[in-house]
Amino acid sequence: MIDVKHLSKSFGDHLVLDDISEHIYPGDKVVIIGPSGSGKSTFLRSLNLLEEPSAGTITFDGVEITDANTDINAVRRKMGMVFQHFNLFPNMTILRNITLAPVRTGLMTQAEADQAAMQLLRRVGLEEKADAYPSQLSGGQKQRIAIVRALAMNPKVMLFDEPTSALDPEMVGEVLNVMKELASDGMTMVVVTHEMGFAREVGNRILFMDGGKILEQGSPEAVFGNPQNPRLRDFLSKVL
Amino acid sequence: MELYEAWKPLLREGSATFLQEFYVKFYQAFIEGDRWIQYFKGVGTTLLVTAMALAIGILLGVLVAMIRTAHDQQRPGKRNPILGLVNAVCKVYVTVIRGTPMMVQLLIMGFVIFSSSRNYNMVGALTLGINSGAYVAEIIRGGLMALDPGQAEAGRSLGLNYADTMRFIVIPQAFKAILPSLGNEFIILLKDTSLITVIGGKELVYAAQAIYGRTYEQMFPLIGVACIYLLLVIIFSWLLGILERRLRQSDRR
Ligand SMILES: Nc1ncnc2c1ncn2[C@@H]1O[C@H](COP(=O)(O)OP(=O)(O)O)[C@@H](O)[C@H]1O
Ligand SMILES: [Mg+2]
Repeated sequence: MIDVKHLSKSFGDHLVLDDISEHIYPGDKVVIIGPSGSGKSTFLRSLNLLEEPSAGTITFDGVEITDANTDINAVRRKMGMVFQHFNLFPNMTILRNITLAPVRTGLMTQAEADQAAMQLLRRVGLEEKADAYPSQLSGGQKQRIAIVRALAMNPKVMLFDEPTSALDPEMVGEVLNVMKELASDGMTMVVVTHEMGFAREVGNRILFMDGGKILEQGSPEAVFGNPQNPRLRDFLSKVL
Repeated sequence: MELYEAWKPLLREGSATFLQEFYVKFYQAFIEGDRWIQYFKGVGTTLLVTAMALAIGILLGVLVAMIRTAHDQQRPGKRNPILGLVNAVCKVYVTVIRGTPMMVQLLIMGFVIFSSSRNYNMVGALTLGINSGAYVAEIIRGGLMALDPGQAEAGRSLGLNYADTMRFIVIPQAFKAILPSLGNEFIILLKDTSLITVIGGKELVYAAQAIYGRTYEQMFPLIGVACIYLLLVIIFSWLLGILERRLRQSDRR
C-alpha cells in the first residue's frame, strides 16, 4: 500500500533519515518505536509529505507521491494523520473541525458531512460535544476528536505520531481504546508510540528506529521477546 | 459677541484680566468668522485621508505579507522564480519605507514625484497608505509566523489546499492575534495625517495654521487641535477595544 524506497532526509547537513526502504501492507498495524530524536516523526511525516524527502521515492496505492507532478492534496485525503498535540482548530466548533475538510474537498455535502460526523462522534462517545469549542475539551477528548476528524475523510491509512504523549496518564486509555477499535475494524495504521503495551497488543509488526535507520523489525513476540540488536535491547531495558 | 467687541480693546491696552484675555483669544480661535467650521472641515479631511490611507495600507500590507509568506513556505526544490523576484521587490519596499522618515517620504512624493498634482490630500493619503502598508505587512507576517505551524499542517494533512488552509484556519486565527497591533497602527496613521500639511494637505493642522496666521495667536488653535486628536484617538481606541473583546469571546464560548 505504501512503498518506501531509499528514503533519506536531512535538515541542513544533519542526516535524519538514512536510506530507509520499507513497505506497509493493507491491514498492517505497524508500530514504530525508538529513542527520541531517532527520526520516527520525520519518517511518519514523510509518508504524507509533510516533510519533503531529500532522496528516495514513496509510492502510495500505485501513485508516486514524491513525484513533483503528483496532486499531493488528493493523496493526503486518503491518509489520515493524528498529531501529538491534537492540532484541533480552536476557531471552530468540534462539528466544523470534523466537517471542514470533507466539505471543502468536495467529498461530501454539508448535510452528509454533518451526519457522518455525528455518527463518528457517537462512536467515540462525544456526540454532545458537537457544538463545543476545542478549548472546552480535555486532552483525551481532543485527541479522540482529532482521530474522528481524520476518519471523516474515509482514509485508507491512518498515521499516528505519539498520540498519547501529551496526555495526562488517566486519559491515555480512552485514546488507545479508540485506536484499538479502529485496528480491529481493519484500518491500516502506522503508529509512533512509547506505549509498549499497545504495541504488543495491537501491532502486527514493530519497527525499531535509531539514528535514522530501521535497525530491527518483526512481530511483537520477536522484537520484545527476543531482541537481537544491542541498541534495541538497551532501549527496551529502559522503557519496559 | 458683545463681550468680545467690548473686551478686545482692553487686550491691546494691556489692562485685560486673565478671564477677559482667555475669552477674547478663545473667541478669535474658534468662533470669530465661524472658524469652528474650518476645524470641522479639517477633521473631515483628517478622517477621509486616514480612511483612504488605511484602505491602501491594508491592501498593500495583505498583498506583501501574502507574497512574502507564500515565498517562504514554498516546498524546497520547487521554488518559483517569478515569486522570488516579486518577493525581492516586496523586501526592498519594506526596507525603504521603514528605513526613511515619514516626513521625507511625504516631501519626495509631494514635491518630486507628484510635483504637478494639486490634489494634496490625495497625494498625502497615497503616501501615508504606502508607508502604512509596509508596517501592516510586517504585522501580518509576524502574526502568520507566530501561529503554531501544526495548525496549517493539520489542515494540509486533511487534504485541504493551501488557499483553503489559509482562509479557514490560518487567517482567522492570525487576524485575532494581530488585531491589537493593527489597531495601534491605525491610531498612528490617524495622527500621522497631521504631517500632510507640509505638502499642502488641508487637514486639521492646516486649519489651525490658517487661523493663527490671521490672529497671530498660536496657543488656542494648537491646543484645540491637540484636544481634537486626543478625542478622536480615545473614541477609536474604545471602539477597537470593543471589537477585540468580541473576537476574544467567540473563542471561549
Ligand atoms: N524541521 C526540522 N529542522 C531541523 N531539524 C529537525 C527538524 N525536525 C526534526 N529535526 C531533527 O531531526 C531529528 C529527528 O527528529 P524526529 O523525527 O522528530 O525524531 P523522533 O520523532 O524520533 O523523536 C532530531 O535530531 C531533530 O532535532
Ligand atoms: Mg517525534
